[in-house]
Amino acid sequence: MTDNVLSVRDLDVTFRANQTKKWPWSAPGKVHAVNGVTFDLAAGHTIGIVGESGCGKSSLIRAIAGLTPVASGEVWLDGAQIDYANRADMHRLRQSMQMIFQDPIASLNPRMTIREIVAEPLIYFRPDMDAAARRSAAEQMLDRVGFTSSQFNRFPHEFSGGQCQRIGIARAIVAEPKILLCDEPVSALDVSIQAQVINLLKDIQAEMGLALVFVAHDLGIVRHISDEILVMYMGGMMEQAPAGALIAKPLHPYTQALLSAVPIPDPRIQITPQVLEGDLPSPMALPPGCLFQSRCPKRIERCANVRPAHLTTGNRAVTCHLAERVEV
Amino acid sequence: MTSASRRLKSREFADAAAEEMITSRSFWADARGRFLRNRMAVFSVFMLLCLVVFALFGHTIAVWNYEEIDWAVLGQVKTEGGPSLENGHWFGVDELGRDLYARVVQGTRTSLMVGFVAGPLSVMLGALIGAMAGYFGGRFDQTVMGLYTIWISIPYIIFFVVWQAFFGRSLTQMIIVIIIVNWTAGLLIVRGQVMMLKNREFVDAARMLGMSDMAIIFKHLMPNVLWVVVIYTSLVIPEVIMAESLVSFLGVGIQEPNTSWGALISEGARTMTFGTLWQLAFPAMFFVIAQVSLFYIGDGLRDALDPKER
Amino acid sequence: MRDTQTNTAPLLSVRDLSVRFRTGDGLVHAVNNVSFDIDVGEKLAVVGESGSGKSQIALAIMGLLAKNGEASGKIMFDGRDLLHLPLGELNKIRARQIGIIFQDPMSSLNPYMTIERQLAEIVELHEGASRRDARKRALEVMDAVQIPDARARLDAYPHEFSGGMRQRIVIAMALMCNPRLILADEPTTALDVTVQAQIMKLLGDIQRDMGTAVVLITHDLGVVAGFCDETLVLYGGCIMEQAPTLSIFDAPGHPYTRGLLRAVPNIEDPAASLAAIPGSPPSQRKPPAACPFAPRCVDAVDACHLTLPDLDGDGSKRACLRPVEVLT
Repeated sequence: MTDNVLSVRDLDVTFRANQTKKWPWSAPGKVHAVNGVTFDLAAGHTIGIVGESGCGKSSLIRAIAGLTPVASGEVWLDGAQIDYANRADMHRLRQSMQMIFQDPIASLNPRMTIREIVAEPLIYFRPDMDAAARRSAAEQMLDRVGFTSSQFNRFPHEFSGGQCQRIGIARAIVAEPKILLCDEPVSALDVSIQAQVINLLKDIQAEMGLALVFVAHDLGIVRHISDEILVMYMGGMMEQAPAGALIAKPLHPYTQALLSAVPIPDPRIQITPQVLEGDLPSPMALPPGCLFQSRCPKRIERCANVRPAHLTTGNRAVTCHLAERVEV
Repeated sequence: MTSASRRLKSREFADAAAEEMITSRSFWADARGRFLRNRMAVFSVFMLLCLVVFALFGHTIAVWNYEEIDWAVLGQVKTEGGPSLENGHWFGVDELGRDLYARVVQGTRTSLMVGFVAGPLSVMLGALIGAMAGYFGGRFDQTVMGLYTIWISIPYIIFFVVWQAFFGRSLTQMIIVIIIVNWTAGLLIVRGQVMMLKNREFVDAARMLGMSDMAIIFKHLMPNVLWVVVIYTSLVIPEVIMAESLVSFLGVGIQEPNTSWGALISEGARTMTFGTLWQLAFPAMFFVIAQVSLFYIGDGLRDALDPKER
Repeated sequence: MRDTQTNTAPLLSVRDLSVRFRTGDGLVHAVNNVSFDIDVGEKLAVVGESGSGKSQIALAIMGLLAKNGEASGKIMFDGRDLLHLPLGELNKIRARQIGIIFQDPMSSLNPYMTIERQLAEIVELHEGASRRDARKRALEVMDAVQIPDARARLDAYPHEFSGGMRQRIVIAMALMCNPRLILADEPTTALDVTVQAQIMKLLGDIQRDMGTAVVLITHDLGVVAGFCDETLVLYGGCIMEQAPTLSIFDAPGHPYTRGLLRAVPNIEDPAASLAAIPGSPPSQRKPPAACPFAPRCVDAVDACHLTLPDLDGDGSKRACLRPVEVLT
C-alpha cells in the first residue's frame, strides 16, 4: 500500500433529502449515493469508474475531492489519512489532487481571460511565485495544451468546448498535482474532439507521472484510457478488474449486461443487448441484499437477503454470490 | 512542393482565417459597443450629464443667491415675479420672492445627490446580502428571506417620519434612511443569480483551490452578477429620486432653506391656483427630463448587458 | 437500395436546403445546400457533430425552426413542398404523416397530463376519433412500444416513468397516426447504454413491422452501424459524404468520415493512441466558399481551401476534391 498515491477505504456518501420531511422538525431522509467503495491507485496509473447515470460515480470523486462531505470511510493520500475537517490536510489534498469537470464551458469563469484562469491556482499553491512568474508559468502551460500566444488574452466564450476542456486541464495541472480527478471530461464533447482531449490527458500523464481517476459512462473511452476499471451500480462496487480482463471476461451480471449493450461501430456486428427488466431500487431505502438483484437476470434466492461481499481473487474483485461459487 | 510544406501552408491559411473571424473583446467592451449603438440611450446620457453640469455649475451664472429675497417683486409675485431676462429671475421667483433659477439649481443638486448616492449604495447593500443568502443558503437564507418579507410589508413613509423624529431632517439623514428603506432592492435578483451560478463548475474549480467562501463570492460570483447589479441600479436611481420627491412633497423630506425637486414641485403645486404656473413648470420639467433620461439609460443598459440578447 | 426503387418517387426529397439564423452578431449559416431523398420504408442516418446542422434539418422539415431562422430550398414530401405550404396544410401533414422524436423525452411530454390524454389527444384532434377509439388506439400503441402493463399505466403522469419508458412514450406519440416517416433527433443521447440498446431495437422492430421510413439524426456512429441502410455525413452544414452504411464503414470516401471512424475508441481493440482530428469546429459566420473541413483535414491541398467541392458519385457520393486513393 506504500506505493499507492491514493487509497479509498469503504467510502460512503449520503445526502439529506429534505423534500421527504413531513414536518419541518422531522428527520430528513437519507439518499445513499455511494456505498462502501474501496480502491487503490498507484502513481502514474489510471483507474476508470463506469456506471450509468445515478450510480454515484460523480458523487464518489466529488467526495474524494472534498467538494461533497464524506459520510464515512477513509481516504489516504501518499500513505497518510486525510481529515476533511482539517485545514492543513485539505491544503495538502488540493495541492496534490485537482479536478476537471464535465461541462467544459461552465467550468471556466466567463469574466476571466484564459491566462488569468490558468494562473489562478498558482496564487494558492505556489506562494513563492510573483505575478510575473505566475503569468509565464500559465503561458507555458497554455502553450503545452495547444494555445498560441495570441489567444491568451481571450475569454472562455470565444473557444469551442474542446478548447475549453484543454484550458480546464491546463488549470488543473499547472500547480503539478499528483492525482487528476476527471468527472466525465469528454462526455460533452464531439467524437473528433474527445480523442484530442483523451490523447492530451494520456500525454500529460506520461510526462508528469499523474495518476488519473477517470469517471465516465462510455465503456469504450474508459477501456481506452484505464489500467483498471471499477464498475459501479447504485453507489456500490460491482466489479473491479484490469481493463483488458474486464472487457474480455466480465464476471458480474451487470458488467455483462453493460458490455452487451455497447454499440459497435461496425455494421456487420449485430449486438444482442441483454435487456434488464425490473426497476432501480430507491437510493433512500436500499435493499438488504445485492444492490443489483432487482434487475439481475441471474438472481438466486440468496441475492434478495444477503449482501454479497466484494471478494478479491488475484487482481480482480466481484460483488456477486454467483461469482463466489464459480471462483471458489 | 512536398506534402509537408503544403500542409504547413494550409495550417497557416487556417490560422489566418480563424484570426480574422475571432475578435477578442471582454464582456464589458462588448456591452459598451451595444450601448453606444442605442441612440436614445446615448442621448439620455447626454441629457443627464447636462443636468449634472447644471447642478454643479448652474449657480455660477445665477444673478441671485438662493437665499436672497428680491424685495422688488415680493408682494406682486403674480404680476412681476414671472420668468424675465431683465431682472435676472430667468425662471421667475417663488412665493417668498427668492430666485427660482437658483432654487432649481439647488434642488437638482439635492435630488441627483440623493439618487446617485443612495441608489447605488442601497443596491450594493442588497446585492451583498443577496449574494451571501444565495451562496450559503440554509438558515441564513431563510432568515434573510423572512426579514425581506416583513420589511417590504411596512409602508416606507413610516420610516421617514419616525427616523426624522429622532435624527432630524438633513440631507445625510435623508440618504441614510433611503438606503435603510431600500436595502431590499436588488436582493432577490442577485440571490437568484447566485443560486444559479453557484452550481456552475467554475465555482467547484475555485473550491478545489481552497478559496474561502467570501473570496469565491467576491472574486468569482460578483463579477458575473455585476451586470444585474448595474441594470438594477439604473432602475433604482429614478425610483429613489421619485421617493425623495414624494416624501419632500408630503413635507417629511428635505427642510428649508435646502430644497429638492419634490419640495419645489410641492410649493409650485400649492401656488398654482394663484396663476404662478412657472413655479410648478420649471422644477417639474427638470424632474421629468431626469426620469425619462434615466429610464432610457436603464433600457439601454438592459439591452446591452442582458446575455439573452446575444 | 436506391436502384431497386427507381420507378417510384421518393417519400421525402430535400433539395438545396439552406438554413440561416439571424443573431445579434450577424447571420449564422447552419445548413448549406443540402439535398437528399428518402424512399418509403428506408432508414437514413444523418451523422454529424454539434454545429453540423443535423438537428436544424429535422426542424426545417417539420417547420419548427426557431423564430430567427429561415429555410430556403425545397422539401418535397409526397409531391408537396413543405416549405411553401400554408400552415393548416402543414399541420395536417406533420401530425398525420411525420412523427418526430426529440432527444429529451421529458421536454416532449406535458408533465400535467396523463399519458392517455397526451396520446389520445393526437388522434382526437387530427382524425376526429371518439374518446373511446382514441383510448383503444393509445393502448395499441403502448403495446407496440412494449410498455409493460400498458392498460394500468395509461392514467399515469410522465414523471412516474423512467427515462427509457418516457422515450418509449414519446415514440408512441409519434406512432399514434401511423406516420409514413419518423424523424428521430438524437433519440438515445440522453439515455444510458443499456436503455439505448433497447430503444434502438424497438425503433428497428417498429420500422420493420410498419414499414415506416426513419431519419435517424445522431452523432454516434456506433448507433448508426447497427441500424441504418444509408448514411449521410454532415460537417459545417454541408454534406461530406452519402453512401450505404456498409460502404461508409468499410471504405469511407471522405477524410472527415475517416477521421471520425478513427476517433471512436474501439472497445474490442484499444489502440495505443486515438487518432484525433486536429483543430476546432468551423465558424458559420460566412457561407462556405471552400470545403468546410479543409482547415482540419490532413489530406487538404491548396485547392481545398479555395473551392467548394460538389457532392457526386453514384451509390456512394462524396464531396471531396482529392481522389479516394490518395487519402491517408
